Amino acid sequence: MGKLAKSPWMLHYDGSSCNGCDIEVLACTTPVYDVERFGIINTGDPFQADILLITGGINSQSESVVKQIYSQMPNPKVVVAVGICACTGGIFKECYNIKGGVDTVIPVDIYVPGCAARPQAIIDGVVKAVELLQKKREAFASQRKKSGT
Amino acid sequence: MMRVVSVILYLLLAPFAGALLDGFDRIITARMQGRKGPPFFQPFYDLSKLFSKQMIAVNGVQLLLILSYLVFLAVAGSMLFAGADILMCLFLLSTADMFLVMAASSDSSPFATMGASREMLQMMAYEPLTLLLAVGFYLATGSFQVVDIIHMPLSSVLMMPGFLLGFMFITAIKLRKSPFDLSTSHHAHQEMVKGLTTEMAGPILAIMNIAEYYEITLMLGIVALFFLNQNWWSWPLAIVACLFMYFLEILWDNVSARVKWRTLLDSCWVVTLLTGGLNFLILMLIK
Amino acid sequence: MGILPILIGWPLLIAAIVPLIKQERIRGYVVYAGAGGVMVLAAALLGMWLTNGAQAMAFYQETEWVNYLMIAGELFLTGLIVYLSIKYRKYPVILLSVGQTALGIWTEFRFPMQPACHMQIDSLSMLMCMIAAFIGGLICIYAVGYMKAYHQHHKEFQDRSGFFFSMLFLFLAAMFGLVLSENLIWMYFFWEVTSVISFLLIGYTRTEEAVNNSFRALWMNLVGGFGFAIAIAVAAATLGTVQLEAVVQTGAVIPVALLALAGLTKSAQLPFSSWLLGAMVAPTPSSALLHSATMVKAGVFLLIRLSPALAGTMTGQMVSLIGGFTFIAASMMAIAQNDGKKVLAFSTVSNLGLIVACAGIGAEETIWAAVLLMIFHSVSKSMLFQAVGSVENSLGSRDIENMHGLILRLPKLTYIMGIGIAGMYLAPFGMLISKWVALKAFVDAGNFLLVIFLAFGSATTMFYWTKWLTKLVSMHRTKEEARDVTHRDQYFSMFIHAGCVLLLCLLFPWLATTVVNPIILELFGASHEVLSMSILTTMAIMLVSVLFVPATMFLVTRWAHKEYVPIYMGGANEGDNTYFVNSYGEPEHLYLTNWYLRFEFGMRRLMRPSVILSSGILIVMLCLIIGGAV
Repeated sequence: MGKLAKSPWMLHYDGSSCNGCDIEVLACTTPVYDVERFGIINTGDPFQADILLITGGINSQSESVVKQIYSQMPNPKVVVAVGICACTGGIFKECYNIKGGVDTVIPVDIYVPGCAARPQAIIDGVVKAVELLQKKREAFASQRKKSGT
Repeated sequence: MMRVVSVILYLLLAPFAGALLDGFDRIITARMQGRKGPPFFQPFYDLSKLFSKQMIAVNGVQLLLILSYLVFLAVAGSMLFAGADILMCLFLLSTADMFLVMAASSDSSPFATMGASREMLQMMAYEPLTLLLAVGFYLATGSFQVVDIIHMPLSSVLMMPGFLLGFMFITAIKLRKSPFDLSTSHHAHQEMVKGLTTEMAGPILAIMNIAEYYEITLMLGIVALFFLNQNWWSWPLAIVACLFMYFLEILWDNVSARVKWRTLLDSCWVVTLLTGGLNFLILMLIK
Repeated sequence: MGILPILIGWPLLIAAIVPLIKQERIRGYVVYAGAGGVMVLAAALLGMWLTNGAQAMAFYQETEWVNYLMIAGELFLTGLIVYLSIKYRKYPVILLSVGQTALGIWTEFRFPMQPACHMQIDSLSMLMCMIAAFIGGLICIYAVGYMKAYHQHHKEFQDRSGFFFSMLFLFLAAMFGLVLSENLIWMYFFWEVTSVISFLLIGYTRTEEAVNNSFRALWMNLVGGFGFAIAIAVAAATLGTVQLEAVVQTGAVIPVALLALAGLTKSAQLPFSSWLLGAMVAPTPSSALLHSATMVKAGVFLLIRLSPALAGTMTGQMVSLIGGFTFIAASMMAIAQNDGKKVLAFSTVSNLGLIVACAGIGAEETIWAAVLLMIFHSVSKSMLFQAVGSVENSLGSRDIENMHGLILRLPKLTYIMGIGIAGMYLAPFGMLISKWVALKAFVDAGNFLLVIFLAFGSATTMFYWTKWLTKLVSMHRTKEEARDVTHRDQYFSMFIHAGCVLLLCLLFPWLATTVVNPIILELFGASHEVLSMSILTTMAIMLVSVLFVPATMFLVTRWAHKEYVPIYMGGANEGDNTYFVNSYGEPEHLYLTNWYLRFEFGMRRLMRPSVILSSGILIVMLCLIIGGAV
């Protein structure tokens, strides 16, 4: 495990979810699941986050917000879409105000399905995200080296 | 020669000591909450991650100001560990904090500015006791010099138990522990995003954390000052006392909720008067 | 030393010429020449004094015709006050003024004195001369540019710049006379002159507020002046001398207590602080002059002179208690102010309180601290006032809230202001060192209350300065652009001040040994090192850290590659850090305000209790002192 893998801090954003997935995300921080075991902190601040966890589909109001928050996260970063609404738009897909899943606005790396997504699945998704983060970090480091020289 | 060694040791080891204490803190806190908690070396993982991240910033001066914060804290700590003047050390500590406040408000972001204002209020709340503390040491030992204070025949805590109590009270502010973690807190339970540190990302946040580690060591150094005397056994005693005191702060953090600023200011000033002020008065009368 | 009358006469001459010149340009040049002349003369005086061995020297034993001239002057001042009081219907002032003048003249004729020296140069008066000449001179230079911009901004006020400059120079002349006088009657004359001129300066704009404030300043200073006059009468009747040094040596209780009262009013201690706070209505150069180089320093000067007689007495206790209380009360009230000049005014009152407290203790260490505080305070405060005045001319407001992000709009003025603020309270600068010494001295003197006052007052002081400083350095772009309308002569003065603040900090050890120690030696007959040299070296190291470390770090940050992103506003940032999307989907301007804690620390809440408390202390203790002596 590399540097990032041991300390992934995540930012949880609620696009337009029914709050079912949000409850499950919060459940991950309770003593039963205790994600802090993996060094994961649920921070509220994009400047300090590595993983962006989004629940719910994207509507026209949250679109710019998601874009901006994403732009305020320092590289390397990973986006995890939690729940079926965040993955594709789910049952709200055809609503007049819904644009669809998160990937219609920003690039999504990991899709965690479920309605609502179970804590185990979320933790599994985050662990996958951590692996990806590690790869991205290496790519980022080599790119930085290249631009440095 | 001893002084130089001690300063160099402080400069090199204080971040490690602080980080280890932080790791200890996180495990104990998790256990108190019925969780397993992160690995012991988690603060080191966090730091190395932060340093490996991209450097993003909201303006050009934030990094400069945060570095100044770090340097002034290191200088303040060095003064303590060099056995120099304790009052000067405490003055420098406030100056360092002022740089942190400036760094936070340089963003002119709503959250960081609010955190900065609260930090200023916290400074105002704890500063009277720190000044009285130095005066207390002067009255108890006849000198402001740390070297003289630690070479007394008896530990100064015997003369100034009130000051120790008061100091423990305000240390919660400096360690950013509940109930006094108004400006920012270590864990993700700040009501205004991350307060003071909202716009600090990657390496800048890492520098901020290292500075905090220097500060923890400095605060515990002052606690040790209460216990040290010319006998060798006072050193292990002081270390035990520091650890115990740190444990008490963690306990307090976990059993109390954040207070409003008014309660913070009132309680700190009243406690300062009752503990430090009374102790000071008694010292002055028996002198 | 024929230069003394020239030093006092030259500003008098300029004061007489300036109002006659109608053309603004020429008047400006005359003011430059006048201020330059004052500085050259003061420097010459210093040079001559140093070549004569830097000893205390006494002058003018036979001065009969000057005495008559002074009586004439006093009568003229009284007449002026009576005329203006009737004009503005402030009748009680007449009683005070006429009463003390009558008392002064009666004393002079009733108790003819042995001829003794009327003026004296020693280290302390020399230092005061330097402060008055250089800082006062620079303020005059600054005023030339300032008044031009002031009247462009404030068309509603009649342009009386000629009168204004005349008063500034008259003030300098009176200040030189005051600090050089050894004879109390002479000192009293100059004392009254400064009171009246400050009254005229405060009333410059002739608005209702200005008139009221000026009369408040007048009556408060006249109360002090009355005390002064009674002190002279008592000293003449009981001691048979009106020499300040003789009075101090005998330690006669009543004259010393009344002179101390005069010092307290002049240095705007509680309960007399409101006159200095009201003095803000005048154009900024006069505030700068009143606050830094002259007026209030005259009160402090008198108290320092008295300090050997205050040590360990009840009068000393009264003075230090009032001073310490003023220090903490004023610094608390400063928190709730958002007007830049008001904050400066409260900070002046508060710092003077500390100096007064030091003087009241009257030990070597405290006087050492008091003198240093006085030096640093003069320079920093004068600079801060000038900076605020310039900002006001450029922004059209002196509200600290409007100075948000000033560093992006008026960078030069912001740096000057920043240096001034740092000089007022930050670690390596002189004010803080002096505070450090004061704290130690208070502990050594066994004064519990003063230590508590100092500890809490330092905390509140820190709060209001830091608040201001963060407002300045904030990288905030405001809607309205500002154009720097500061004139070159204003910058000239401010840059010299800024250089002085930094230099004084660097030369701290030198300042302590060559300037302050001789003053202590003269006052107490002995002087030992207050700060051990090792601390002075520490200071030097710290200073290097302050200059060197930021410089290197500046380079480091330049070198570090950063990507700039917008600040966090919950994702609703419009992208330029100044607008965000509000709940209606409209762009809204971000407005951040400082924290003023008005309900807790506001003037409305604290002023009245502090005035009542301090008046109580003052009245009870004065009664005890005088009753005990009689």
